[in-house]
Amino acid sequence: MSQIKPEKLINEQGLRIDGRKPDELRPTKLEVGLLKNATGSAYIEQGKNRILVAVYGPRETHPKHLALPDRATIRCRYHMAPFSTEVRKSPAPSRRELELSKVIRESLEPVVFTEYYPRTTIDVFIEVLQSDGGTRCAGITAASLALADAGIPMRDLVVACASGKVDGQIVLDLCDLEDKFGEADLPVAIIPRSEEITLIQMDGSLTPEEFRKAFNLAIEGCKQIYAMQKEALRKKYIAVKEVAEEETTEAGEREE
Amino acid sequence: MPILVEKRQLVTPGDLIAEGNYLIGESTFREGDKIYATRIGLVDTDGRSVSVVALKGGYIPCVGDLVIGKVIDISLSGWVVDINAPYAAILHASDAIERPFNPQRDDLTSIYDIGDMILAKVVAYDRTRNPILTTHGPGLGKITRGRVIEIVAAKIPRLIGKRGSMINMLKRETGCHFTIGQNGLVLISGRSPEDEDLAVLAIRKIEEEAHTTGLTDRICNLIREESQKRGVSHVSN
Repeated sequence: MSQIKPEKLINEQGLRIDGRKPDELRPTKLEVGLLKNATGSAYIEQGKNRILVAVYGPRETHPKHLALPDRATIRCRYHMAPFSTEVRKSPAPSRRELELSKVIRESLEPVVFTEYYPRTTIDVFIEVLQSDGGTRCAGITAASLALADAGIPMRDLVVACASGKVDGQIVLDLCDLEDKFGEADLPVAIIPRSEEITLIQMDGSLTPEEFRKAFNLAIEGCKQIYAMQKEALRKKYIAVKEVAEEETTEAGEREE
Repeated sequence: MPILVEKRQLVTPGDLIAEGNYLIGESTFREGDKIYATRIGLVDTDGRSVSVVALKGGYIPCVGDLVIGKVIDISLSGWVVDINAPYAAILHASDAIERPFNPQRDDLTSIYDIGDMILAKVVAYDRTRNPILTTHGPGLGKITRGRVIEIVAAKIPRLIGKRGSMINMLKRETGCHFTIGQNGLVLISGRSPEDEDLAVLAIRKIEEEAHTTGLTDRICNLIREESQKRGVSHVSN
């Protein structure tokens, strides 16, 4: 690995390696409906993360024996592009990617009304184009947006955000360096409306008090991202609406 | 028992729509006494019930629906038809040949071959088995002329409009004939390809702007402007 450990992850002013405050999210951009050929799609940029998600379905299950008689199956593929990391990654799915595919699928399943579409499949493809730590969280955030964009009935969106411990401090939304050289990483995915947890993992170690603090911080981060998600979903339709209604008033004025 | 959003307000999955004893309609669900949206769409309410008119969503078969499908396979006793739904539909051979089907005598490919577009009705569907189609009825069967375009199935009601206002306007202004499959496929047949082009353009705009107000008038203007620009002579009625 070409990365070397920076001397300090948090400087004297209490700012982090990328200039953020401890409880600050990375600059985040969300967009829906970019892919024409998918049923639904979403794109997220969070710091230097760039992730594209496509959703197909509900559609017929292939192979047939995987179909469930009473509900839809959700299949999920989390994949990092060979060029997404510092050193070229093999395009073959790694052990880590298989695990993340599974945890992401399990974090999305509780919100989808799978029982509406028995014997079908909903496919979710998460492609990491550029990674900067916290891709599983960003992947979940984007995947739930893509599901909503596909018009799949859901109880709520799912949001994910990580917190952790860096240089002895609890911080929100770890970047790649903080993730690698920090002391702990705590990714959390929640259903914001009911605050139910659909994913929680931890690397490193935290004391019970630190854990509580980090957990609450992650929830706060999730809520901020949740607002951005809703905004992104609405944006697509509101932009069209504004243009269209302008046309109507213009036409009305011309007739007068 | 208030309804917490305005009529025709844009909602996203998980948005709280109403609290209290309302009937729940399309794309909504109840949790306790709260009613939430399950899809992105516009809220519709008549005082007793609340529902969300979805802006996106695939086609779910319903008995009695008129659908347009593509023959994708031929089995021993019938055809498999892609009707743009999560389930492939089945059309039995005996249904199409009006007498008992004899596999030794009857050649299914001579009736409908793979790739043929057909107009059919859903006669049976209960989620546990694939939908069954029939081509028995006036106008049903193989599509031989016109062109078929696909739009998001959730926007079919908008294409028809209130009591057919939108589709009647389209018929009048473009001079084309429209057959709307509930599954999101629309058959357009006009007197000339230019008329059909105009109809396709209008339908694409309706699909994109389904959630806006004053759409019918705007589409009407669009067709008139475009037909003038393209020099399509259009004769009403």
